Amino acid sequence: MTSLLVIIVLVLLAVALWQLTKIFDLTQVGSSSDDSQVASDNDNNIQGYVMFGFLAFIYIFTIYGLLKWGGLALHTPASEHGLLVDNLMNITWVLIFVVQFITQGLLYWFSFKNRGHKDKKALFFADSNKLEAIWSIIPSVVLACLILYGLYAWNNIMFVDKDEDVIEIELYAQQFKWTARYAGQDNVLGKANVRLIEGINTLGVDMSDPNAQDDIIVSELHIPKGKKIHFKMRSQDVLHSAYMPHFRAQMNCVPGMVTEFAFIPTYTTAEYRELPFMVEKVSNINKLRSEKSTELVAKGGTALDPYTFDYLLLCNKICGASHYNMQMKVVVDTPEDYKKWLSEKTTLAQDIKAAAAAEKPAEGAGATTDSVSTIAKDTVKAVIDTVKAAVAKVAMK
Amino acid sequence: MSAEAHDHDHGHDHHEHEHHHKDTFITKYIFSIDHKMIAKQYLITGIIMGIIGIAMSLLFRMQLAWPEESFKIFNVLLGDKFAPDGVMANDIYLALVTIHGTIMVFFVLTAGLSGTFSNLLIPLQIGARDMASGFMNMISYWLFFLSAVIMLSSLFVEAGPASAGWTIYPPLSALPQAIPGSGTGMTLWLVSMAIFIASSLMGSLNYIVTVINLRTKGMSMTRLPLTIWTFFVTAIIGVISFPVLLSAALLLIFDRSFGTSFFLSDIYIAGEVLHYQGGSPVLFEHLFWFLGHPEVYIVILPAMGLVSEIMATNSRKPIFGYRAMIMSVLAIAFLSTIVWGHHMFISGMNPFLGSVFTFTTLLIAIPSAVKAFNWITTLWKGNLQFNPAMLFSIGMVSTFITGGLTGIILGDSTLDINVHDTYFVIAHFHLVMGISALYGMFAGIYHWFPKMYGRMLNKNLGYIHFWVTAVCAYGVFFPMHFIGLAGLPRRYYTNTNFPLFDDLQNVNVLITTFALVGGAFQLVFLYNFFSSIFYGKKAVQNPWRSTTLEWTTPVEHIHGNWPGEIPHVYRWPYDYSNPNHDVDFVPQNVPMKEGEEVLHH
Repeated sequence: MTSLLVIIVLVLLAVALWQLTKIFDLTQVGSSSDDSQVASDNDNNIQGYVMFGFLAFIYIFTIYGLLKWGGLALHTPASEHGLLVDNLMNITWVLIFVVQFITQGLLYWFSFKNRGHKDKKALFFADSNKLEAIWSIIPSVVLACLILYGLYAWNNIMFVDKDEDVIEIELYAQQFKWTARYAGQDNVLGKANVRLIEGINTLGVDMSDPNAQDDIIVSELHIPKGKKIHFKMRSQDVLHSAYMPHFRAQMNCVPGMVTEFAFIPTYTTAEYRELPFMVEKVSNINKLRSEKSTELVAKGGTALDPYTFDYLLLCNKICGASHYNMQMKVVVDTPEDYKKWLSEKTTLAQDIKAAAAAEKPAEGAGATTDSVSTIAKDTVKAVIDTVKAAVAKVAMK
Repeated sequence: MSAEAHDHDHGHDHHEHEHHHKDTFITKYIFSIDHKMIAKQYLITGIIMGIIGIAMSLLFRMQLAWPEESFKIFNVLLGDKFAPDGVMANDIYLALVTIHGTIMVFFVLTAGLSGTFSNLLIPLQIGARDMASGFMNMISYWLFFLSAVIMLSSLFVEAGPASAGWTIYPPLSALPQAIPGSGTGMTLWLVSMAIFIASSLMGSLNYIVTVINLRTKGMSMTRLPLTIWTFFVTAIIGVISFPVLLSAALLLIFDRSFGTSFFLSDIYIAGEVLHYQGGSPVLFEHLFWFLGHPEVYIVILPAMGLVSEIMATNSRKPIFGYRAMIMSVLAIAFLSTIVWGHHMFISGMNPFLGSVFTFTTLLIAIPSAVKAFNWITTLWKGNLQFNPAMLFSIGMVSTFITGGLTGIILGDSTLDINVHDTYFVIAHFHLVMGISALYGMFAGIYHWFPKMYGRMLNKNLGYIHFWVTAVCAYGVFFPMHFIGLAGLPRRYYTNTNFPLFDDLQNVNVLITTFALVGGAFQLVFLYNFFSSIFYGKKAVQNPWRSTTLEWTTPVEHIHGNWPGEIPHVYRWPYDYSNPNHDVDFVPQNVPMKEGEEVLHH
């Protein structure tokens, strides 16, 4: 259906084009049989008016865009530094719109106003130091202000004070999923390296590190409102980027190094859902989704689930074929809910113990059939793993 | 003709000898060492690559507007493997995005634009018989051709072409386990680019040497047309930055093929730990953008030069602030080499470096603003002749401003955090360097077509081409700012996995519609271009009544450019509507009148 529409549009355009050529040809009829293919006075006149029309198009399209799509832009920031970012952004936008309005206006107005005529002569105006000084100095001053504000904000956002009371969380990226590791009671993340990945320990946490004993691994990120969260990012395979648009937060995850970003969430998920703009946005999205669902059901497909808002962590650095679906739900809780949620989680050390315990009886059962070969294999594997782990530890040091 | 040239020519005898041999088809059209023919070869190759690059963008735009829908055209063009049942596969989407970027940036806007017009205009406008080394020029073109062929051949590799984005960041580009395109496809990409860089360096060195050594008598540096200034400076940036990309590519080849660890470290993929240890992907990003950023100026500066020249001619007015234009080109060129870090604010590099790069980046706005205001002032009180080239020049200034202004947001590290790698970036750079450079290229083609082919392009088709393109270019890229501000990441095969983005789908459909219409109307240009080569109206020697030297050569191309002596130059290139003269243009080779004052523009 849509392809048919596209074809129809193209056909109509071809017809329009053909008609336009005819119109342009006709406009040439009156003005002598000049076919030099150099613009004539008549061309200058027509094109001058079209220039003016195009200026109108730019202005109207801008205003239309602002009204129609302005609401799509990310709204209220959900983090403390987000206010600073958005404030700078808004100042910059005002500047941009003013400059855009004036310069485009002048450009097309001059084009229209000075459209050529054979009896006219242009003004020989080759340079003016005064004018050039004006438009070097004004941008310099304005930009100096923006740079200073920007650098002030940047320093506030990017440099995490070592003595600050923060919650340490690791974001771990791999094709195509996110995992989070909480530092636990001691608030220190245990060492980790991909060379230590084994079985249930999918993040390669070094279990011989005392700091690692209380680390907790989860696949849904919960953070408390009002507390500074210090994220440390790692990647297992290729570059990824941890992008949390609502918090105005983003940092690449780079294999072989640990990157960091910190922010203070200011709205819980529940509070953010209740903000008027979000209520409106979600109801609009659900309207679109139910329309789509009707269409899908008519075609024999399954209907889409209705949408409720959740903060998201998206991958924003091309990372492979399924890059487009690498996401993790982020939940901002009240501090109490957060504590409760975290206390229900088991530590990685407990998980590993439980997994080992679960494996033993299974192994015992299997041993009766071909015990000798299995045991031999296991021993060899264990030896190799020990050696591997030792090598990795040396490498890490 | 040759005998006469011999009498007057100083030091270009080796060219003259060739006139005694009759050109065969091969020496004239294929292995030509004549700069005008090489320019045409660059142009045609660039146009063909442009058709492929733009067609790719239309395909993935269709996927974005109507995600995972079946289109017959996908099946026809991409085949059963890449588009089973006419539905584009997800890794092929990334491959198309990657190759679109590569082709447009390097093969169309670097080689196709700068290669064409540097070759055509440098000797003609400075008054030289040919490039300093015609032979090297020929090799430069054929290496470019070879690299284009290799790049296109990578499309037919079994696992698909390179698909790690045109920036080919490792480890994604280094590991075939990470994405199929990083196998043979990536190898071909790297080989093609290595050859391309060799070609570009040979071209650039030739341009630099020619501009420095082969200017005709009287053609001082401050009498050079701005086109030549921009080509000259572009060539210098190319020579400085392209070798760095070559080294990055070589190290990446080592990592891929010989097991070194320049860019890779601590990787666990497909169930096993790889041996790489101690490398850093961030190092690759630094090396890549050390070229990558100057590259965008390599793309836009020649367009700026062409636009300045065309605008002055068609305004019948001197370009406003000739020396300020030169100074701003030099300032942009210098700054362009120290701002690359603004692509890496959130790459994990030290935030302090981010501050430095914010500072240098925003400084670029100053020379850019000077240029924009000077162009606008050039139009003021002019006698504007709206030839199609002039329309494209005005369009270029317009998109350069619109796209450039959002650079203030992206260049600011604080603001970049949240719009980095979203559609906002796509909108910004397509307007400021993609569309603007394309407009510059179209302007150049419309303006110098008579010089290249001795015939005129049809102006009415030119008008249609411009206006539809102008509306569609804004129609495509203006709404993209909004979906970028909504947080929509680039390089997503489909957005349907995020209900959050459901309300952006209508905008995506609109963008694609504009893109399809705009793409279709490029056929008007192609028809005009190819039919005018053979059937266009015969051009007169100086159709635009321009002052520069290329219009003093005969319409019919000859080896050595001028049948007689090379003209001498007596004045700057922008004596339009000079009140001391009755005619509204005084070519550079016209001696000063008695008592005419030499102005220091």
